[in-house]
Amino acid sequence: MTNHWKDIKNADVVLVMGANPAENHPCGFKWALEARDENGAKLLTIDPRFTRTSAVADKHLQIRPGSDIAILGGLIRHILTNDLHHADYVRAHTNASFIISGDFGFEDGLFSGFEEAGSRYDKTSWSYQRAADGYVRRDPTLEDPQCVFQLLRRHYDRYTPAMVAQIAGCSEQKFLEMADIICSTGRADRVGTIMYAVGWTMHTVGSQIIRTGAILQLLLGNIGRPGGGINALRGHANVQGATDHAIVAGILPGYLKVPTPEQTTLAEHLEASTPQPLVPDTVNYWGNYPKFMVSLLKAWFGDSATTANEFGYHYLGKPDGDATWLSIWDEAYHGRLEGFITLGFNPLLAGPDIPRLLQSMSRLKWMTVIDPFMLDSAEFWKAPGMNPAEIDTEVLYLPTTHWIERDGSFTNSGRWAQWKEKAIDPPDGVRSDTWVLSELFWRVKELYQQDGGAYDEPIQNLTWNYLNPREPLLTELAKEINGYDHATGQLLSSFGQLQADGGTSSGNWLYTGSYTEAGNMMARRGTADPTGLGMHHEWAFSWPANRRVLYNRASADAEGRPWDPTRAGIAWTGREWIGDVPDYGRTTPPDAAGAFIMTEEGVARLFSSQMADGPFSEHYEPVESPTVNALHESVPVNPVINWYDGVRETLASEGDDFPHACTIYRVVEHEHFVTQNVPLLVEAMPDFFIEIPEGLAAEKGIENGGRARVWSKRGEVEGVAIVTKRIKPLLVNGRTVWTVGIPVHWGFAGGTSNTHASMANLLTPFIGDANTRCPEFKAFLVNIARAEPRAT
Amino acid sequence: MPDTLAIKRISATPSALIPLESLRSGGPVYSKLVDISKCIGCKGCEVACKEWNDLKVEQTANFGSMQSHKDLSSNTWLLMRFNEVEVGDDLQWLIKKDACLHCEEPGCLFACPAPGAIVQYQNGIVDFNQDQCIGCQNCVSGCPFDIPRFDKSTKTVAKCNMCIDRVEVGLEPACVKTCPTNAIQWGIKEDMLALAEKKVETMKRRGYEHAALYNPGGVGGTHMMYVVPHGDRLEDYSLPAHPVASPAPLHGLSVLRRVGSYLLGFGVVSALAHFLAVGPESPEDEAWEPKP
Repeated sequence: MTNHWKDIKNADVVLVMGANPAENHPCGFKWALEARDENGAKLLTIDPRFTRTSAVADKHLQIRPGSDIAILGGLIRHILTNDLHHADYVRAHTNASFIISGDFGFEDGLFSGFEEAGSRYDKTSWSYQRAADGYVRRDPTLEDPQCVFQLLRRHYDRYTPAMVAQIAGCSEQKFLEMADIICSTGRADRVGTIMYAVGWTMHTVGSQIIRTGAILQLLLGNIGRPGGGINALRGHANVQGATDHAIVAGILPGYLKVPTPEQTTLAEHLEASTPQPLVPDTVNYWGNYPKFMVSLLKAWFGDSATTANEFGYHYLGKPDGDATWLSIWDEAYHGRLEGFITLGFNPLLAGPDIPRLLQSMSRLKWMTVIDPFMLDSAEFWKAPGMNPAEIDTEVLYLPTTHWIERDGSFTNSGRWAQWKEKAIDPPDGVRSDTWVLSELFWRVKELYQQDGGAYDEPIQNLTWNYLNPREPLLTELAKEINGYDHATGQLLSSFGQLQADGGTSSGNWLYTGSYTEAGNMMARRGTADPTGLGMHHEWAFSWPANRRVLYNRASADAEGRPWDPTRAGIAWTGREWIGDVPDYGRTTPPDAAGAFIMTEEGVARLFSSQMADGPFSEHYEPVESPTVNALHESVPVNPVINWYDGVRETLASEGDDFPHACTIYRVVEHEHFVTQNVPLLVEAMPDFFIEIPEGLAAEKGIENGGRARVWSKRGEVEGVAIVTKRIKPLLVNGRTVWTVGIPVHWGFAGGTSNTHASMANLLTPFIGDANTRCPEFKAFLVNIARAEPRAT
Repeated sequence: MPDTLAIKRISATPSALIPLESLRSGGPVYSKLVDISKCIGCKGCEVACKEWNDLKVEQTANFGSMQSHKDLSSNTWLLMRFNEVEVGDDLQWLIKKDACLHCEEPGCLFACPAPGAIVQYQNGIVDFNQDQCIGCQNCVSGCPFDIPRFDKSTKTVAKCNMCIDRVEVGLEPACVKTCPTNAIQWGIKEDMLALAEKKVETMKRRGYEHAALYNPGGVGGTHMMYVVPHGDRLEDYSLPAHPVASPAPLHGLSVLRRVGSYLLGFGVVSALAHFLAVGPESPEDEAWEPKP
C-alpha cells in the first residue's frame, strides 16, 4: 500500500478492483465501510463476480476475467477526453511534461523496439530527450506532441467506451456510470483510493494492470494524499514483510538488486544500481544505494566484510537466469533441479498446472517440507492419479511452530511492522523455524569444517552472533535487521545514518528505526492521532522512517499547501513540514526538489521505461482467451512473456472445446490451505464448490447443490455446484461468454476436510507475467458439464 | 450496584413466586444492533458463537450456497443466511444474521410450561435453562421467529443466550466482539435506538429509501434489532413483517403440560400449592395486542 488500512476511511471514492477485501481482508475492509457511511464515499467493485464485497458496495460492474487494462484504459481516456484530471497535480508531480524520444512509437499492438527473436523489447526508444545540460527536456505547457501527456492521450484514445464494452463484456452505459464516479476525484477537494490484490497481479499483464491503476491515480492527483493511493492488499498477515525481506526472486532485502554475472566487482554493481538524477531538482533517494548495500553486506558478513574483500560482495550469488517460481519448477520438470526446501508454504497447491507440478516434484531427488502441518506438498506422491511405486523422491518433513506459537513481527499491507507475542506453547517435540534453519546452517558449516569443500568462505564467514547460536531470538534478528553503528555499538535510529564505508550495518535499510536504543518500535501501541486521519505514528513502526503515507509530499501543491486542508498529508508552515513524517527533511522547503523522492525524475512516471512490456500499458488477452484481441488481432497476447518449453501444448488451441472463461479465488472462511485443519472453519465452508451462472447451469442441466465437472486442457475438478445470479453472461466481441468461478482452498491430504475434494490449480496454465512471472491464475478457459451425485 | 441479572420473568412461574431480591431493579437494558448494510457474511460471528458457547462442530455439506448450514440447530445458535434477490436490474445479495432476537415479550417464555426453563432478565436477555426443560417444544411453536431448536439426544431445546456469562461480567456477546466490520454493535438499548436512527438516515442518503429499523412492536420490541436497507422487502431477509407473541392458542395446552411437568417431578415442587392458588403468570393484556 502507498497508504495504510485506516487511511481508507478518508476517501471519497473507494474502487475495489482485482480484490475482494470483504472476503480476503475483512478486518481492514471495515475502513472502506467507514468511508462509505461516515464520509459519504462511493464504494465500487469491478470484478468478474459479484462478491461479498459487492454485496455491500454502492455499485458493481461485472467484467470478463483478463479485461482489466481495457477498463482502466477506458477510464484514462474518459479523464483525458473530458478534462477530468487534476491539472495542477499532474503538472507539479508527474512526468507529463517530459519529452520522449522521437523514435518511440506504438503500432498494431507493439511498442517500438520489439525484437521478435528474443520476445523482448530493445528499450532505446523508450527514453527521454535530453537538453544541452544533460537533463531531460520538459514542456510545462504539456502541448509538445512528444511530451508524455500527449503520448498518453494518443495511446489510450483507442479505449473508447464502445471498445471497453466489447472487450470486457459489460454495457457501455454501466461502464460510463462507473467512470463518472471514479473520475470525479480529479479535484483538490476530492480524493479516491484503489484497493487491489492478486486479482490484478495474477495475469500475464499483471504488472501493467497495476501500472494502469497508478497512471489513473496520478492523473486524478490521488497518489500521496490521505484517502488516496494505490493500495495492494497483501495475502496473509506478513506477505508485505516477506517481500520487504526478499522472499521473492530478483531482489535483496529492502528492494536492493541481486548482482548479475557481469557485475564482477562491488563498484560495478553499485554503479549499475545507483541511478543518476534526470532533472536538477530531484532528491533521487536511490542515490544512497551504496550505503544500503554495504550496510547489508556488513550485517551478513560482519567483521569478515572489509574494504579489502569488497565487504564480502563476492560471497553473494550472481545468478545467470531467472529464479522465479515458474522457473524453479520448470527446472525441476526438466530434471535439472536436485532438491527443494519449502518452508511456510504449500507449493503443490499454490502453483499453476498441478499435473505438471506433480511431475516436477517426482523428478526431484529430495524435498524437505518445513511446516506446522503435514501438507499436500509433503504427500504429493499420493495425490490422486500418482503411483508412489514410480516415484523416487525422498521427502523429509520437519514439523515446526506455527506463528501463533512464537513471537515476532508481522508487516501488514499498510507497511506497519507490528510486534506480536507468543500466544500458546508449541506441541512437544516441535521446533521453531529459527532452530531448524540454524541447525541447517551449523551442520553445513561443520561439514565444511570436517570435509572441506569448494568455496566455503560465504558459509564460514557468515555472521552468527546470537546469545544461543543454535536458536537465535527473534528480537536479536530484529535488531540485526534494524542495524548498528559499529563505532558506538549502538542501534541506529534512521536509515539516514547508514554509511557506505562499512561503519554501519543494516539487514534491511527500510526497517532501520524499527528497533532502536529506545526499544522495539514495532511493539508500540500508542493510539494518539493528532492528525485525526488515523495515522497513529506511535502505533508500531511503518517503513520507511515511520511514514504513514508514501509520497506524501504530493499531498501538497508546489508551494507546500495541502490540496485539501481538511485532509492534509503534510503542510509547509514556512519553516517546516507538519503532519505525517515528510518525504524529505522536515525543514526542506517545498521548492527544493520533486515530490517523488525515489525517482531520478523527482516526479511520478506516467511513462516508464522500467517495465519489460511497454512504457504504457496495453490490453492483451490472457494466453487462454475466449475471444480475439479487439484492438489488434495480430498481437493477441503480451508479446514478451516467457514461454517455457512444452507449455504451448498445454494451452487450449484452435479446435479445442473450452468456451468458458474461468477464474479462481479464495473465500473468507478459509486462509489458503491451512484452515482445513480448523474444524470450525471447515464447518463454516465445508466443501470444494464450483460457482456457475444460472443460464449456463440451465443449459448444462446442472442443479444447484448438485455436482458439476470442470476441465481445462490441463486437468479436471469436480465439486458441488453453486448456481448463482451473481455471475451474468457477457457479450464479448459479439459472442456470449460465461464465467465460471472456482475456490482454491481444497487439497487431498491432511486437514479435517470432509471431502478431500479437488484442487483449483489442476486447471490453471503454467505461464506468468512478463515482468514478475507471477502465474496467470485469474483468467483461463474451461468446459463444464453436470456430474452425477456421489455415492455416499 | 444494579444487578445485571435481575429477573423479569420466569416461564410458568407467577411473578409472585420469583424471589424479591431477583426482581429488584435491574441494571441497564441492552440490545444488539445488526447493521445489515455493513455485514459481509464472513461468519466470524457464527464461529465465535460456537467457540464461546462450546457448541459442537457439526458435519456440514455444501448444498449449493455460501451458507454453512441449511438451518439453525441446537448446536448452531447463529446462522448467516444468504439470499440472492433480483428486483429488475438490481441484484442484492442479502446476508442476514439469524439468531434469537430476545423479544421484550417472549413468545417462547409465555408458551413454556416448565417452570424455570426459560428466564427473561431485566437486561433484555431471554435464556433457556436446559436443566428445567421438559422437551415439550412449546417454545418452538411460541416463537414468531422460528428460532429455538430441539436436540433429540438431550431432549431439550436450545438457542442463543446472548452470551449471558459474558454480559454478566460487563463484556459484549462473542458475536459482537468478533465482528470485523462492526456490523453488530452492542450497548444500552436506548443508545442502540439512537444509533439505528442515524444508520437509517445514512442508508436513505445512500439511496435505500425504504431503510428501516426492525424492532417489531408485536413482541414488545427486541433486544437484537436490525437496520434493514430494504425495509419494504422484509420477507427477503426472512424477517416476519408483523411478528406477534400470542399465547392464546397454546394456553390451555400449556396448563395441562405444566401440570404434567410437575407430576414428572420437574420444577419446584414446593411451589406447587402456591402456583395452583395464584395461577400461571399472565402478561398484561395490552402487551398481547399487535402494535401498529
